[in-house]
Formats: sequence, C-alpha cells, structure tokens
Amino acid sequence: MNRERITISGDRALAIEEPLIFEQGRPGCSGVDLPEPSGQARLGRFERNGPIGLPDLSEPQIVRHYTRLSQQNYGIDTGFFPLGSCTMKHNPRLNEKLARLPGIADLHPLQPVSTVQGALEIIDTLAHWLKVLTGMPAVAMSPAAGAHGELCGVMAIRAALEAAGDPRKRILVADSAHGTNPATAAACGYTVEAVPTTKEGHVDLDEFKRRLGPDVAGTMITNPNTCGLFERDMIAIAEAVHGIGGYFYCDGANFNAIVGRVRPGDLGIDAMHINLHKTFSTPHGGGGPGSGPVVLSAALAPFAPLPYVVHRGKAFELVEQRDDGQAFGRLKAFHGQMGMFVRALAYMMSHGSDGLAQVSGDAVLNANYLLACLADVLTPAFPGPCMHEALFNDSSLKDTGVTTLDIAKALIDEGYHPMTVYFPLVVHGAMLIEPTETESKDSLDRFIASMRGLVERAKAGDAAYFQDAPRHAPRRRLDETTAARHPILRWRPESAKGEAAE
Amino acid sequence: MRYLPLTEPDRRAMLSRIGVLDIESLFKDVPDAARLRGPVDLPSFKGEIEVERLFAAMAAKNLGTARAPSFLGAGAYRHHVPAAVDALIQRGEFLTSYTPYQPEIAQGTLQYLFEFQTQVALITGMDVANASMYDGASAAAEAVMMATRITRHGRAVLSGGLHPHYREVIATHARFLGFTLDLAAPDPNGAEDLIPRINQGTSCVVVQYPGFFGHLRDYAALAEAAHKVGALLVVVVTEPVALGAVTAPGDMGADIVVGEGQPIGNALSFGGPYVGLFATREKYVRQMPGRLAGQTVDKDGRRGFVLTLSAREQHIRREKATSNICTNSGLCALAFTIHLSLLGEAGFARLARLNHLAALRLSERLAGVPGVEILNDNFFNEFTLRLPVPAAGVVENLAGRGILGGVPASRLYPAEANLADLLIVAATELNTDEDGERLVSGLREVLR
Repeated sequence: MNRERITISGDRALAIEEPLIFEQGRPGCSGVDLPEPSGQARLGRFERNGPIGLPDLSEPQIVRHYTRLSQQNYGIDTGFFPLGSCTMKHNPRLNEKLARLPGIADLHPLQPVSTVQGALEIIDTLAHWLKVLTGMPAVAMSPAAGAHGELCGVMAIRAALEAAGDPRKRILVADSAHGTNPATAAACGYTVEAVPTTKEGHVDLDEFKRRLGPDVAGTMITNPNTCGLFERDMIAIAEAVHGIGGYFYCDGANFNAIVGRVRPGDLGIDAMHINLHKTFSTPHGGGGPGSGPVVLSAALAPFAPLPYVVHRGKAFELVEQRDDGQAFGRLKAFHGQMGMFVRALAYMMSHGSDGLAQVSGDAVLNANYLLACLADVLTPAFPGPCMHEALFNDSSLKDTGVTTLDIAKALIDEGYHPMTVYFPLVVHGAMLIEPTETESKDSLDRFIASMRGLVERAKAGDAAYFQDAPRHAPRRRLDETTAARHPILRWRPESAKGEAAE
Repeated sequence: MRYLPLTEPDRRAMLSRIGVLDIESLFKDVPDAARLRGPVDLPSFKGEIEVERLFAAMAAKNLGTARAPSFLGAGAYRHHVPAAVDALIQRGEFLTSYTPYQPEIAQGTLQYLFEFQTQVALITGMDVANASMYDGASAAAEAVMMATRITRHGRAVLSGGLHPHYREVIATHARFLGFTLDLAAPDPNGAEDLIPRINQGTSCVVVQYPGFFGHLRDYAALAEAAHKVGALLVVVVTEPVALGAVTAPGDMGADIVVGEGQPIGNALSFGGPYVGLFATREKYVRQMPGRLAGQTVDKDGRRGFVLTLSAREQHIRREKATSNICTNSGLCALAFTIHLSLLGEAGFARLARLNHLAALRLSERLAGVPGVEILNDNFFNEFTLRLPVPAAGVVENLAGRGILGGVPASRLYPAEANLADLLIVAATELNTDEDGERLVSGLREVLR
C-alpha cells in the first residue's frame, strides 16, 4: 500500500477495519439487562458445566460492530447491482413495516386456526395473485427458496408418475440451466441428461426431441432462459414432453421479464417456482431468506405437499395431514415463509395488474437499452432483443490480457456491484447484466459510460490496471485457493490454535 | 408508480436508441397464443395508505402472542428480541445485499457468517457449522442425507421424541432418494431405547434434545452404540436457548447437530422465515451441505473472508453436489448472531436459566389443577401434560378466553389416539406469573 495512505489506526476515514466479535469484549459487560433468576434449577446431570466461550460486550459495542461490518457491504440501497439472474430490484420499506405488524410477526405457527384467520387470508390472497399471474390452477406455498421450489415441483412430478405406476428414470435439463436444476433432479432420484443450446441461445428442439423416450420423467427448462431470451419453442417442448407422458417443469427465476404480460400456464407447463425474493422484491438479505412457491397444473395439483390452506364456508382451514394419501409429503417444519408472503403481497398490491405489466416492460426496456448502448464495445452473446438481462461474451477482450473477472473487479472500483460472470456456462467468459425496472435512465447511462470506458482501457493495452483491481474496495482480491485448501471456518482462541492446526 | 423511475420521455428516448417503436416489440419471441392483450384480472395499483390499511385489517383478525398469554412451543418459541437486533438487520447494506459472490465488497456479510458459524459451533459443542439452512426440519433432512453419503448405509433410525414435522420432512426426502427409515413410536414418556434398533445397515440415529415432549436425555451410550457399527448420531435442537443451560450435544458424542435458530433473534412470524443450524465434526466438512464462509487473506495480506469449499455445491458440481440448496437464511442468521452477541456468555446462561425457572414455576402451578398429570421427570422450558379430556378441545376453549394454552399433541399426531389427551406447554422469559395464573384458572374452568 502507498505510504501516504497508511494511517496510525489502520482505518482510513470511512474505510474501517473491524475485528471479529470474538476478539472484543470482556467479562462483566453485557448487551442485555435480564432479571436476576430466582429459584433452584432442576437440570440435574444435564446442567452445563464450563463456559461456552461467547464474548461479552455492551450494546453500544455491538451496534457499532455490526454497523461497521455493514459498511463493508454493497447492497441495492448502495448502488446499481446488475447481478444477472438474481433480479436485484429495489426493496420497498413499506413491506418491511407490514411484515413486522403485531398480529403477523407475533403469530405462532401452531396456534388454533380460529385465531389466525387473517394470516390464512394473507396466504390465500397471495396464492390467488400467483395463480392469476401464472394462469395456473394451484400453488404450493411452503417451499423456502427457489431451489426448494424446484424440489417441490420435481417431487410432485415423481409422485404423479409413481401414482401411475411408472416413476421413470431421466430428466432432461438445458445445459444453460442454473446448477440447482440438475442438483434437484438428482435429489429426486433421477439421472440428468443435458440438452444443448443452439447458437441462437435457445433450447435445441431437435436435440431435445431426440433425447425423449418412455423413461423420461420430464424436463426442466428456464423461461425466459439464462441467456436472457424467451424460449420460442416452449409450446412445442410442452407438447413433446406431454406426448411421451412426461411433465414440464419451468424454472421461474426469470419471471420478472414477463410478469403481467405472459402467463406461463398458457405455454403448457406443469410446474414452476416463483422466487418471491426476485420478481416480488422480498429482500435478498445477504443470501436469504427467500421464498419459492410452486404453481402446479391440474395434473400435479393433487400431489402438492402439506400443509395448504383451503376455504371452508367463509372461514379458512389449514390442511396439515394427509388424508387422501396423495400429497407427496412435507418440505418444511411449518407453513412457509410468512414474512416473505406479506412483503410479496404488499409489493403486488402496490403495483396492481397494470403496474406489474409495467414492471416487466421497464425491466426488458432497461436491459435492451444496455444491450444497444454496449453492443459496439462488447460482443452480445446472441442477437437481440433480449428479455430482462443482457448477455455478452468475452470475445471483444480477446488478446487484451483482460478477462471477464478483471472487468468485474474493475467495476467494483467504479462503484458498482459487478454483473454475474461466467454464467451461463454455455457462453465463453459470460457477462450477464440484469438492470431491473427500478433503475433510472441516469443510473443506466452512468453505468454504460463506466463500462465503455473500461473496455476502451482494456483494448488500449492497460491489462495491469485490471489485474490490480479492485483497489478501492474494503478488500483487494482474496486468496480463494488457500481458503479452500486449508479451510478456516471458525474463530478459535489463541490458546486452541496449536491443537486445531493438527 | 412510486417504485418505477422511468418517465414517459425516458422510455421514448430509450426505445428510439434501441430502434423499436414500443416495448411490446421487444417481446417478439413470445408466441401470439401466449401474449396477453390486456391487464390480468387483479386490482390496479395502490398507494401506501391503502396497502397499510388492508394489511392492518387482516392482522387485526389474528390473536397475536403479544396480546395473549402464550404457552406455545413445539418447534417455535417466543422470546424477547432486543431492539438493536431488528434495527441492525434493517440496515440497507445487510438487507439489500446478496450471496457474497464478490467478496471484496461483501466482507460485512462474510464476516458475520464467519461469526455465526463460530457461535453455532460453540453452543452445539461441534467443530464447524455452515452459514445456515432454510429451517430446522430441512436441516435435519440434509443431515440424514449427509449421514447416508458418509456411511453408505441406507437406513436411518428416527426417535419418537423427534418433532413429527421433522420426521415427515425426512420421510419426504427418504421417499425420493430411496433410503429407508426406522420410525420409533411417539415417546411422550421419554423412555424409548433406540440401541436395539441399530444394526450394520444403520446410517444414523436421529434424536431431539430437548425432545419434542420436553425430555432431556443422555445420548452418550446411544452415540457409542451407533459408532460401533459406523453409524452417526444426529442430534436435533429445536430450542437452542436450552444450550445456555444444558450439556452441549457435541459433548454427548453427536456427529451432526442441526437445529432451528428462530428462538434466538427471530420473530415467530407464523412459521417462517426461520434459520436452520447445521454443525458437524471437522472430518465431515467436505460432505456438508450449504454455504461456508472461510478466512483467508487479500492481495495486501489483510485478513478477509470468502465463500469456500464450493466444490461441494450445485453451482459447481451440478447433479453431483452435496445438496441442491442455493439461497439460505442469511438475514435470519444475522439476527441470530446479533442477538447471541448481545447476550454474550453471561446473558445467554441467564436467559436459559430464566426460561427453565419459568417453566418449573408453571409446572408446579399446573400440577395443582385437578385431573392434570405432568409426564416429564425433567425438562428445560417445555413439558407435556396429560389432561382428563382431549387436548384439542381444551386449547380451542382456552383460545376463546384469550389464552394460547399450548400445542395439543393431536395437532401433529392426529392418528395416534393415545396422544389425544396430551398438551405440550412451553414457558419463556416472556411469561409472567400472571400469565401462568391465567392458564391455571382457565384450565380449572375448562376442565370443571
């Protein structure tokens, strides 16, 4: 580091170093004032003896610690976050407020159903919106995230096939799919067969049909796909897979591109998860919690997992036990991500049917504007128009010595969260840019100018600049190889470090 | 629309730059048959005032635990969450960030995950923990799958003291992955002996601590019996506050400890979002599911954190991954970490003790109600009553009196007639003696 940048404390104004919580505090401090316990415990031989090793700090120390940590993070609130396939859109604060209302946040999942009619109404109303927006007759609300929703959908498919006496063996998955698709199929006991992508970025329909057979349980196709394109052959794929008695799972991660304009049910799908934390703006929270309700066709609806909400006259009931023997099981301890349901429903109601169509329209417009404004300096992976994300390959960086990763790290110095890189795997050096509808034109123009400037610098031969980036982030590039080779996954007291190293 | 920054002139300028006439033209790949001609049949947009009003009306139809004396537990527990927890997790840099794929600008998330992993390892008495799972039940299912991978044995023994919903989630995964389960009968007396069920084909034995019916049991002999045939002991903790008072599962020989983290830092929120805890021994770390934060250094030699051992995960290994999990419960893990940091060693021990003593006082009161029998010799903050009549009706009747009197075992085990009279009752630091008095007098009236 440059000498003139070295300070006595090691901090640099708002660029602050923060030790681990375990390296702070001292016995006698506390961040809580709990009453003095009175009475004799009756834990007998189960009574813990010896300390756990947790540090003791006061509230101001804790508040400062986590505030300082937060300042080393980049969020949507901080700036443009075009992480492709993650839909990092604005998170309205109204939704946070509503999820914390008394009568919602303080409900226990096992209260008598008569005392939670309003909660069941929220779940039922959200289910209604999801069914109308997707044109599907049923929805399983309990999955906790997108990948959990995938499990739900493929389990329902397998349960339906088992009920018909033939569970089958293979699932066809597009080679451009998220890694969760093949992992899900495997977790449901299926072998995975990849379907290639055409040079136009679509599922290769001929290759798809060639792989179909009586042992194919179904297919998992993302639409719009991870190349940022609408799968033109969705209806033909649906007909083909139904023709062999299989089912069509659609990965709905990119629903934001078509919400309010296209109903996946009209394309012939049998199941699709909806990431409420993407399309319906529940906060990503540093990696969750998410929520992944799964809409189901009439053929799969009877196999939906427990629990679910039903109407009984004017009241709502919660079906928690299998009485028909068809429900494929249970995925989660309780009824689903209620806190996320509230946020997503508030988001939907705020937009309304008209606003949601504008959401997808503006998301697609923003992505195409980026594509148009960068197409002369970066190489679009496929001809446009795109849907809600613009995908480039790294051919324009050829012979510059600058890689996709270098561009990403240089964008950090420019004040942006980088786009998704090296995904989808079918595009060399992929840069997947998803602006979302909540970015202004000024914000896009600023990003475009930065990106153009970086590519020009790369082409001018300044590779060293890129390899050194980021310079201005809380950390420079981190050594991931050593982290994986000699994993240090927890703090240990100095005294224990000798033994831990073995 | 308040969340959409583009203006009509913006849109026109952008369309012209792209070279199309309207937004509709950008959707040219959508087949005509699937193109909606107008808005879907749902209400149109609403301002904040109207949306708030609608939700307030729906919330008012519920009887929240903040308004009524509540003795509900059975896998979700109401504790006091210090105000600082919710204020800190709502900082936009935490709330609106994502999985730390770019570690240089995600050190805040990575460092708190590293702290979370350390805390979970410490309280469970294990070597390492991951960065969280969806909830306790899905973590339990992942633990059984992990044990199956490690041992290559196909049969898991599930205790009758394990939460029935956890048993159902494990059974769901077992059905699709083709491993088998040996399900012990529900064990309201905490008396089952699982050792005779262990054999050469056993992958793991799954027990709960404290148990679903509240019992504390010593699993050291069970661990030893499991280890003799190469099987693992999986211990499930649905009330981690207990770990401030009782021996850690790691000290009883557990190989994997999973749990529900909700009781520390997180609201009840009608069942979610919660946070699954997952801890194990160092030697099994490469078989773990989920994200892991690890320590390393940056180019200037400064300590920093990254996601690591991702060669286990779906985005690298695809169908060969240890799990399909991607998004987990990052923000709930942060709430857990901040709450446990505020408590510290002394506060955590005190909180646990307050819970235990509140439950003891409640049990003494309830023991005096005619016809009520307490099944537990020991417990932490939750125990089981046998009533002279079916518990479901009693709970409904108490709810009519504004008392959330506990969870009837029949809600989770409707087919088991011998459990119909059992009521599972929990007390925490939030239950006052007056609450206890109301439950006792309510029960006296209902049972009269």
